[in-house]
Amino acid sequence: MRALLALLLMVWMTAAALAVEPGERLDDPALEARARAISAGLRCLVCQNQSLDDSNAELAHDLRVLIRERLRDGDSDEQVRQFLVSRYGAFILLKPPVERDTYLLWFGPFALLLLGAAGVVAYLRRRGRAASMEPPPLTPEERRKLAKLLSEGR
Amino acid sequence: MIAELGHFSLALALMLALVQSVAPLVGAARSNLGLMALGGATAITQFALVALAFAVLAHAYVISDFSLATVAENSHSTKPLLYKITGVWGNHEGSMVLWVLILSLFGAAVAWFGTSLPPDLRARVLAVQGMIGAAFLAFILFTSNPFLRLSPAPLDGQGMNPVLQDIGLAIHPPFLYLGYVGFSVAFAFAVAALIEGRVDAAWARWVRPWTLAAWCALTIGIALGSWWAYYTLGWGGWWYWDPVENASFMPWLVGTALLHSAIVVEKRDALKTWTILLAILTFALSLIGTFLVRSGVLVSVHAFAVDPARGAFILVLLAVAIGGPLILYAIRAPSFQGGGLFAPISREGALILNNLVLTVCTFTVFVGTLWPLFLDAMGGGKISVGYPFFDWTFVPLSVLLLVAVPLGPLLGWKRGDLLAALQRLMVAAGAALVVAVAVAAIASPAHALATAGLALAAWIGFGDLSEWAERVQLLRVPLRTSLARARHLPRGAYGMTLAHLGVAITVAGIAASAWDQERIEIMHPGESLAISGYAARLDKVEPIQGPNYTADRATFTVTREGALVATMRPERRLFTVQRVPTTFTAIHSDLLSDFYVVLGESDGKGGWTVRIYEKPLVPWIWLGCGVMALGGMVSLSDRRWRVGAAVRSRRATAAAAGD
Amino acid sequence: MLRRLPYLLPAVAFAALLGYFLAALLKSETHDPSELPSVMLDQPAPDFALEGLGDKPGFARSDLAGKVVLVNFFASWCVPCRAEHPLLARLAETAGVPLYGIDYKDKPADAERFLSQYGSPFRTVGVDPKGRLGIDFGVTGVPETFLIDKSGKIRFHRALPLTPEAIDKEILPLVQALQKS
Repeated sequence: MRALLALLLMVWMTAAALAVEPGERLDDPALEARARAISAGLRCLVCQNQSLDDSNAELAHDLRVLIRERLRDGDSDEQVRQFLVSRYGAFILLKPPVERDTYLLWFGPFALLLLGAAGVVAYLRRRGRAASMEPPPLTPEERRKLAKLLSEGR
Repeated sequence: MIAELGHFSLALALMLALVQSVAPLVGAARSNLGLMALGGATAITQFALVALAFAVLAHAYVISDFSLATVAENSHSTKPLLYKITGVWGNHEGSMVLWVLILSLFGAAVAWFGTSLPPDLRARVLAVQGMIGAAFLAFILFTSNPFLRLSPAPLDGQGMNPVLQDIGLAIHPPFLYLGYVGFSVAFAFAVAALIEGRVDAAWARWVRPWTLAAWCALTIGIALGSWWAYYTLGWGGWWYWDPVENASFMPWLVGTALLHSAIVVEKRDALKTWTILLAILTFALSLIGTFLVRSGVLVSVHAFAVDPARGAFILVLLAVAIGGPLILYAIRAPSFQGGGLFAPISREGALILNNLVLTVCTFTVFVGTLWPLFLDAMGGGKISVGYPFFDWTFVPLSVLLLVAVPLGPLLGWKRGDLLAALQRLMVAAGAALVVAVAVAAIASPAHALATAGLALAAWIGFGDLSEWAERVQLLRVPLRTSLARARHLPRGAYGMTLAHLGVAITVAGIAASAWDQERIEIMHPGESLAISGYAARLDKVEPIQGPNYTADRATFTVTREGALVATMRPERRLFTVQRVPTTFTAIHSDLLSDFYVVLGESDGKGGWTVRIYEKPLVPWIWLGCGVMALGGMVSLSDRRWRVGAAVRSRRATAAAAGD
Repeated sequence: MLRRLPYLLPAVAFAALLGYFLAALLKSETHDPSELPSVMLDQPAPDFALEGLGDKPGFARSDLAGKVVLVNFFASWCVPCRAEHPLLARLAETAGVPLYGIDYKDKPADAERFLSQYGSPFRTVGVDPKGRLGIDFGVTGVPETFLIDKSGKIRFHRALPLTPEAIDKEILPLVQALQKS
């Protein structure tokens, strides 16, 4: 929690303007909606865990303005994102790219689900087989315990 | 002088914790009742000593004793009394003392309420609790001493981070810790079971209430944290998949799995080793959550380097506390005999599905949180894992589970009838359909996924209520008979109904956030802003003076079709000591939606940036968490826990007498 | 034995995690994960032509062509820049290559006062009032320092204030190597 707070504090100290300011907005609502969607999926670089859309840092403001300018100049959403990645790296994308380094991240959960399901099936089958078999004979230790319990009961 | 008393009692508590970790264990191995009894005595005394140390520390904060380093660094004489007290755990050292205080409280509670436990099990559980306590006390005394003196003492403290000066956040850590630390009891029981080599229904009956209590506290703690983020951060978000949030969410997810799997152990004598593993993992994630957040490793491993001793200590502690039991598990678990048999389609099967999905969900949060750090440490690229990742992985996985929630309780133990269960859910399916159609017809803009989310909430909620109706045979027998049945239903059943209803409520709140409305404008006094049927007029902005801050306070009159809805006063505060501007949002909630107003900066020409949101159903997110926790507590009050304890106690005394 | 294997998995997985924590702990002495690696490294520096401060001339990328240069982003409002200033002066003296300054999102009058008060270590100062060039350079704040080689490629990027170690151990050796090539 302290780390989060430290970051928040940093945000406040860098600038005390609110995220997405009225002056930034584009007049064209469709373009503005695209800009909002793009900036919501990008990470604010100076405040770690906020999106560009939520952040009130100076740089976030500049980048939001830049995104809108590029959109107005006819860039596609992907081109805008690519430009920012070329400047700041994949780090700026809140949705990590699917590549060799992130296979475990992206497919790990689903692989684990399949693996777990296979484990459950194996478990149920083994239990099913065990059920159809005679119970295993008691081990010497169990026999001793049984004798003890029986003698106690008396 | 008083502070040294606190330091001394912590040191004494460490000695006792060491005795508590060894003596009962030796006693249990040698059937020495005297040594075993030492566990209870040391646990209770240890709690008294830690409580004394905590009181001393709190006292130092209250009287602003700035000769103590932590007080000087984190407090200030002008701070309101409430925040002086909550400031005790608003920093690393103090929060660790709170952690140990809660741990020793649970230890004492096990000693106190556990008199009916078989003495050897009780002794071993207390010994494990003693070990955890000893490790933490040593950590505090050797690396994070809260009673460190400053000489000369500064005239005043550096003040507390203003965002911490908030009641929601102030009580959030104690709940979180009650949850984290509460899971230590289940963990201790699991380790004791591994040492004994035995798990039975009575063991599960003992573990469940402790787990349930911890789970309730953690649920409340997480909800409080999310609610705090919602109302303080000023842009209306309530969950960010932030490493700090994830760290508390992971133990909750596994803890939820543990609650459910322990039922199978109790009722059906199956899933024993799995349940033990979950108990270990839940506490392991609690430990990782506590430490990695505290030491900042999740944000930056660099924090370790600031204090390498602390980092090394934490690492050794994790290795022993988690690695030890896992090795013990690898050795002992294979020899545990599985009990009751069941078909794949059965209550047990449903609970296994629950466990599987919850575990995978936990893993998703785990890799999502740690993979970027891991990749970076291994020299790979820098990546960010934000909400889009979780939208694509966690959300579909959890939907898989949520769809099955109403089915599970309708399936019988051993062999369930899926068709019959689905037939009983006709009402729920109808409700979901009605909700989907109604929402699609009314709500604009259209959101297919969010509509499906609301339908899912209806499916869970009505499915849950159908199960209750089924139990009391509503409308099938005379109403009086139904009421009588309802009265006699065990509290545990009501607990489940409530908890699942809470899930439905939270799901609805989350789904509805797709229809959030937002307006961001520069407003001048006298101007009005229209948003989803409301009109908000900015009447004035005036400077005000708080106890330790100055602020600009706006007054808004919110109306709907001419009728007054609320007068709202958001502020922009500047704390005098830290000179940090913070927003103080104004929220008007009618439980169906929130009207949320934030005052931004002045443009210097009489205008103010204003953000206004209308958020349908958003209070349901936390309301649902509250209902879940309430369900847990109702279940906790079930007589069966005590009846079960009594039965076990009679058996134990009989066994003791037979010896 | 095969039956025991699944029970060993949690311990193995945890051992791997522990190994990672240990590696991170050992590495944390030298490596700060909160530091962002620059993707601009080994990329050609972006094209620009900047106005100067006041009535002084500014500079353009073409002015840097064919030589090894240091470029420093600074601002008068930035407190760490003030702390960094003496080091910049030292760097300008010892590096033997020109140091260009880019005044980032600043009021020209403030920047002029700042430089006259503390002395200017820069050969020339260009102004980037909207921070647009900063974005082109992948700057996340000030101060940041770049080293550009003769072919115009960025060979070094520090997104933190300079330290004596960074100058002596990283920048100066690299400047020497680049000048020889």
